[in-house]
Amino acid sequence: MSGYPFAVGICVVLVVFLVVLMRTRRLREKYAILWIVVGIGVVVFAAFPRAVEWLTHVVGVQTPSNLLFAIALLVLLLVCIQLSTELTELEEETRTLAEEIALLRYDLESARPRQDDADAPGFDRDAGGEAGRESSIGSGPDRGRQSGGSGN
Amino acid sequence: MNDVSGERKRVLVIVPAWNEEQALPGVLDELASRLHGVDVLVVSDGSTDRTADVARSRGVALLNLPFNLGVGGAMRAGYRFARREGYDVTVQVDADGQHSSADVSLLVDALDEQDADVVLGARFAGVGNYETRGPRRWAMSVLSRVLSRIAGTRLTDTTSGFRASNSRAIALFASDYPAEYLGDTIESLVIASRSGLRVRQVGVGMRPRAGGTPSHSPVKAAVFLGRAMLALLIALTRPLAAAPEGVQR
Repeated sequence: MSGYPFAVGICVVLVVFLVVLMRTRRLREKYAILWIVVGIGVVVFAAFPRAVEWLTHVVGVQTPSNLLFAIALLVLLLVCIQLSTELTELEEETRTLAEEIALLRYDLESARPRQDDADAPGFDRDAGGEAGRESSIGSGPDRGRQSGGSGN
Repeated sequence: MNDVSGERKRVLVIVPAWNEEQALPGVLDELASRLHGVDVLVVSDGSTDRTADVARSRGVALLNLPFNLGVGGAMRAGYRFARREGYDVTVQVDADGQHSSADVSLLVDALDEQDADVVLGARFAGVGNYETRGPRRWAMSVLSRVLSRIAGTRLTDTTSGFRASNSRAIALFASDYPAEYLGDTIESLVIASRSGLRVRQVGVGMRPRAGGTPSHSPVKAAVFLGRAMLALLIALTRPLAAAPEGVQR
């Protein structure tokens, strides 16, 4: 009894599972592509075991299985690094969003002044004339601040 | 706080605060009583206590971050605010009451006097009685020596969070201010120096922190130095982001 059909079967199931995830948009192509390549590679090795033995000779490893273990470790390491860089990028984006939210909150709070923060910075410009005429939320002072900011 | 031409500068004091409802009222009141014609901005860094309410009740500007970003994140938000509102100078003051508001004008004046873009308030520059001992002190002195070379001037307290920035530095920091460990102190100085900004220091006294004592454990000092050196190495070798327009002026 050979284990090769078993390995091929596992890989086919894996690739199908990945495709299903991608179809339902639960997995993005950039993360799936590496696993699909790995799956296809294992199918190739399972179909042609001689290929592994040849490769083992070429790179100078004694046992074919050790070569596979080493490759598997390397692939997992690369995937981890890829995920870490994606995470870093996400954190940076989240940080920028948090800053934008804080700035928008400031705009909102100064556009809806309470008695005690009427003298908050940015609310001194054309607050009187414009705010009375415009019915939308504080577009007067906000526009004044925009032009002040771009001028620097 | 007038510059040489007598023209009045718009100065913004940025106070990054994370759950500082105890110390913040005192800091804000002191700033209000000692400094006139200076705006104050509190950046509440995802505080879960009444920090934001304290800032509102004192009538100062408030940036309320939805979650904690660390000092670097809070300060970049502050610099973005300063750039947007067209401030000429910002001064970072810690919310724990460590920095004396009397020294704020000292830092602002030093920007002009020393023709600097960034001025650090340094603890070990002969003023005041702040002292650390043992391994942490050695670690900080190694760091100071390296950063002094990079900045081309003598810096004795590179981890100081008390600093003034002019409009060129504001423009740079608004786009590039790291949130990494030590990024807000060490790496930001490297970024400034590599972008051609002049970094200088003036000596200031520091009050002891309201809570917590600095650690004297050699292991922690070694870890601190290791992380600081890694941060330095990365900061020195990484490609510079394109300088924002303001820095070219």
